[in-house]
Amino acid sequence: MELIELKNICKTYYMGDIDVPVLKGITLSIGKGEFVALMGASGSGKSTLMNILGCLDHPTSGEYWLEQREISKVSADERANLRNHKIGFVFQNFNLLPRTSALENVMMPLSYTHEHVSDSEVKRRAEELMNRVGLGDRMHHEPSELSGGQQQRVAIARALINRPSVLFADEPTGNLDSKTSEEVLAMFKQLNVEEGITVIIVTHDPNVARHTQRQIHIHDGLIANGQTSQGGPQ
Amino acid sequence: MRLFRVMRILRTALRAIRKNPMRTALTMLGIIIGVGAVIAMMEIGTGSSDAIAKTIAKMGANTLLVLPGAATSGGIGFGAGSSMTLTPQDCDAIIRDCPAVKSAAPLVRARGQAVYQDRNWVPMSIYGTTENYLNVRDWTDMAEGEIFTDKDVRNSTKVCIIGQTIARELFQGSSPIGKEMRVLNISFKVVGVLSSKGANMMGMDQDDIILAPWTTIKFRVGASSSTSSSTTSSTTSTTSSPSQLYPNSQTSLYPVPSNTQAADNPQPARFTNVDQIVAAANSTVEIPQAINEITALLRERHRIRNPKDDDFNIRNMTEMTNALSSTTTLMTKLLLAVALISLIVGGVGIMNIMLVSVTERTREIGLRMAVGARAKDILRQFLIEAVVLCLAGGILGIILGCGGSYLITRFLRWPTETSVPAIVASVIVSASVGIVFGYYPAWKASRLDPIEALRYE
Ligand SMILES: Nc1ncnc2c1ncn2[C@@H]1O[C@H](COP(=O)(O)OP(=O)(O)OP(=O)(O)O)[C@@H](O)[C@H]1O
Ligand SMILES: [Mg+2]
Repeated sequence: MELIELKNICKTYYMGDIDVPVLKGITLSIGKGEFVALMGASGSGKSTLMNILGCLDHPTSGEYWLEQREISKVSADERANLRNHKIGFVFQNFNLLPRTSALENVMMPLSYTHEHVSDSEVKRRAEELMNRVGLGDRMHHEPSELSGGQQQRVAIARALINRPSVLFADEPTGNLDSKTSEEVLAMFKQLNVEEGITVIIVTHDPNVARHTQRQIHIHDGLIANGQTSQGGPQ
Repeated sequence: MRLFRVMRILRTALRAIRKNPMRTALTMLGIIIGVGAVIAMMEIGTGSSDAIAKTIAKMGANTLLVLPGAATSGGIGFGAGSSMTLTPQDCDAIIRDCPAVKSAAPLVRARGQAVYQDRNWVPMSIYGTTENYLNVRDWTDMAEGEIFTDKDVRNSTKVCIIGQTIARELFQGSSPIGKEMRVLNISFKVVGVLSSKGANMMGMDQDDIILAPWTTIKFRVGASSSTSSSTTSSTTSTTSSPSQLYPNSQTSLYPVPSNTQAADNPQPARFTNVDQIVAAANSTVEIPQAINEITALLRERHRIRNPKDDDFNIRNMTEMTNALSSTTTLMTKLLLAVALISLIVGGVGIMNIMLVSVTERTREIGLRMAVGARAKDILRQFLIEAVVLCLAGGILGIILGCGGSYLITRFLRWPTETSVPAIVASVIVSASVGIVFGYYPAWKASRLDPIEALRYE
């Protein structure tokens, strides 16, 4: 059963009179529980594809099936709802709220959830996740009081708070040194293996891609080799 | 389900506001000063317009004069007040049955000389009345002694109270209380001295006055005094006095009861009229109501069906009351203008800061959208932030305004009065300012594209 299916996805930016085609017909499927790296040269359209996959943007044409539902044309509010329930984001620059404790950062997405989750339940979940990412003793630290790696782990905890089915990470280690990069990647791998969360990482670094089960290469708006699933990590 | 969302949005807003306390304080300052000034001015305004209303009431703005109608005889009219249709019972009925009337008193006028020892003086006014007269005139504070009572009125006691001018001219500094003075050749005991009231609007000295029970003036002074110009009616309508019309013949206005009749009625039910009735409305706004009530009552009592046949006139101080109400409305309008301007200034300050805040927090907005905030969630969040800012500013402003007006009362001794409508209006207006001036920045925030917002540096 496929979690994500893209059929001939195109994305064109219109800048005045000039059309900028970025994605030129991407067909791709990603199964539940996969750990995927999205690779390609700078400007090849990785982030663009990722924004479409993450329901932040909609394609110019093509079909996007997420959990057997075609969502390429749903409304902005419905996309927000999907992001809240099914998708977790981890960013290159962490994007934590400044002057706000790590715990509150982790709890934040739940305030946009329609279903009622009690305050105590929200807190319990956030604390559990903070422990899960190994920051049980840093819950009340503000982002400025945390190292880059710790901040990224807070961001991972935040992405997991609503128990998403897929986690997107755009260059999650781009701002980290190699040692903390390894830690963060190990964390993704652990989540993937132990909890079965589908993880999709955008990167141009082969050392990062090495940790994943499958690499999808984008070249000039098209998939170069993505359909062939490669073996596990070396 | 809804409440918990409201609570969370409110908490998020408070957290955002708390993050930048200095800026928050400065932003609120506009609203604080605006609302504070409005509250203080409203309280001072209410206080002084109350004081003005009281002063004008003291000057007699709420006073109504009920005069008898014009008498006609053989086609000749004798002018207002010449007929003899008002009775003391009319006055009692007015007090009893007219709710808009604070008080009323009958008035019998006389004119003549007052003598004490070797000094004499012709007072401007010698009024026979009841103790209610001083309530009507808002003149109850006595400089010395006491006013005569209803019992004195019933018994036609020969007592009087005098104004400051009389006290000065006749008694020259010594206390008049308990002294006997002669008014129109009748000996009166002075029981009280009125406080000073000064000149009225026409420049007439109001302290040049002697007040006595109306029964005494009517029956004792009127009956015995030949210097009195009139026994029954006003001083001006001398023509209506039979004793002067026919100086040489003994005329009697009323049929003299025979001895037997007199024995049958130890207290003869004499037809007694008074020159006028003075009444005071409860307040300036109740004057028209008081006039209507008195008119209806007197028509009923005098059995008048057709308004044309009215045997009385009611006069009020229209000019004075109009002046009062126009002053008050002008003041209110001025305050309103000041209030609006200061709140608009405050609101522009809020809008300015909210716009800065939206720009500054673009990334935060992008992030919130990425994790599931819809456009309306963002709109609501920023709108509530602005409203909370304004409301907090408004409440602080109310405290500041009340404190300010308290200090003004305390140190400058200006009258102020807490104005509840102004406080309620301030809360509502500052919340509305928050909505109006917070809407545009909030709308801008909600229109951001999450991808671009996340990329914003
Ligand atoms: N909003 C936009 N309007 C116009 N063109 C855009 C827009 N966003 C992206 N592009 C263009 O699309 C192309 C792909 O951009 P994208 O951000 O997807 O690249 P990327 O593969 O993520 O590169 P990098 O590895 O540097 O992050 C670029 O040429 C960029 O100029
Ligand atoms: Mg990119």
